[in-house]
Amino acid sequence: MAELHLPSTLAPLFVGLPRRLEVDAATVAEALDRLEERWPGFRDRLCEPGPVLRRHIHVYVDRQRAGLDTTLDGRSRVDVIAAISGG
Amino acid sequence: MSKTVLMVGTRKGCFLLESDEARRDWELRGPFCEGWPVYHAIHDAVSGSIYAAAASEWHGASVWRSPDLGETWQQSSEGLNYGDAELKLSKVSGLTAVDGRLFAGAEMPGVFESRDGGETWSLLSTLAGQPGSESWNDPANQPPGHLGVPAILPHPDDASRYWAIVQGVGIFETTDDGVSWTPRNRGLRADWPIENPEVGYCVHKLLMSPVDHERLYQQNHVGMHRSDDSGQTWTEITNGLPTEFGFAAGVHPHDRDTFYVIPLDPGHGRCMPEGRAAVWRTRDAGSSWERLADGLPQSNAHVGVLREGMAVDSYDEPGVYFGTSTGQLFASADAGESWTEIASYLPAIASVEVAVVD
Repeated sequence: MAELHLPSTLAPLFVGLPRRLEVDAATVAEALDRLEERWPGFRDRLCEPGPVLRRHIHVYVDRQRAGLDTTLDGRSRVDVIAAISGG
Repeated sequence: MSKTVLMVGTRKGCFLLESDEARRDWELRGPFCEGWPVYHAIHDAVSGSIYAAAASEWHGASVWRSPDLGETWQQSSEGLNYGDAELKLSKVSGLTAVDGRLFAGAEMPGVFESRDGGETWSLLSTLAGQPGSESWNDPANQPPGHLGVPAILPHPDDASRYWAIVQGVGIFETTDDGVSWTPRNRGLRADWPIENPEVGYCVHKLLMSPVDHERLYQQNHVGMHRSDDSGQTWTEITNGLPTEFGFAAGVHPHDRDTFYVIPLDPGHGRCMPEGRAAVWRTRDAGSSWERLADGLPQSNAHVGVLREGMAVDSYDEPGVYFGTSTGQLFASADAGESWTEIASYLPAIASVEVAVVD
């Protein structure tokens, strides 16, 4: 099970969505699919049609910048970062 | 006793203010929508729900909804896309609720509808094929902020008839629920070269009199205009105003000849002239204008008001409201004769709407 860490801005949008959870998935895209199944609308908040990751959403797998097709294994740590902010 | 509810869309979420029929004391709640930038928040009289069009830099565009005057909120963008990676939806802005339907205008230009109270959306039209449409999705032709459909004006008696503004292009009317469109810009003025006289106009705000559906008003980049034939032709009524430029406007609920605007300096400033805040009113359909400023700051008030930043309620003596892009909210309970600042430190205000709720 990959360990997924989500930004604080996501949890208030979906009832019961935690900041950290474990997901059984072979790629980042599959991990998002699993969350979409449990929390409909989840993918829209991270991806544009394509799907492609939204411009300011950055994903890291084991501290390396990753994309939707990046592979995961049972020990992967996935960090989803809301990458910019301002005043 | 009726409640008066103001919905205020800001750079940092939606705020609600409540009062009674007297509209003297206001209670403020918020921010809602998790602090997302809210471009337009409305009340749907049919369902009683509040809807807020928002766009997060991180999480994209979505429409928030509250069925209980702000107690609980949900958001959805299901179907709120062009299904095509070439056409990006960057923002939803102008919301309209009519006959159980919701309309949302979008950037890039498109009109979306929801028939299930904002849970799901579908694309009604991109106005493809209209004059001007060949270039309005070309990023090289777009000003900062892109072009979009910032507002949709429904016809109260005909659900298949409505008007859409395309920024920098003009007004288009459909009478067959978005299947076909006709430019409605005859009589408008442009201070720039125009190739096709049917389009190329910068319409900021479009309104219909609630008591005469032939009577439309618009605040344009260059002038105030009136139509007496549902937008088929336009007549300029700028004479008597301090500037021809502005964004926000409001119509009187019971008098088709009374109309409010907030003239701004054109150019980069886009603030009220001379640092003196004022709303201007005509009571003769634009033949003459009067300056309304009792209670508004009259020195060093360098404030602006955006397209959706003004609202008029439906009481016999209507209340008029406006919010500034620097976060001050002003209210008048006597049709604009006198004003009170009812919130002073909100985030930048993009929209103000009002509802009278029983």
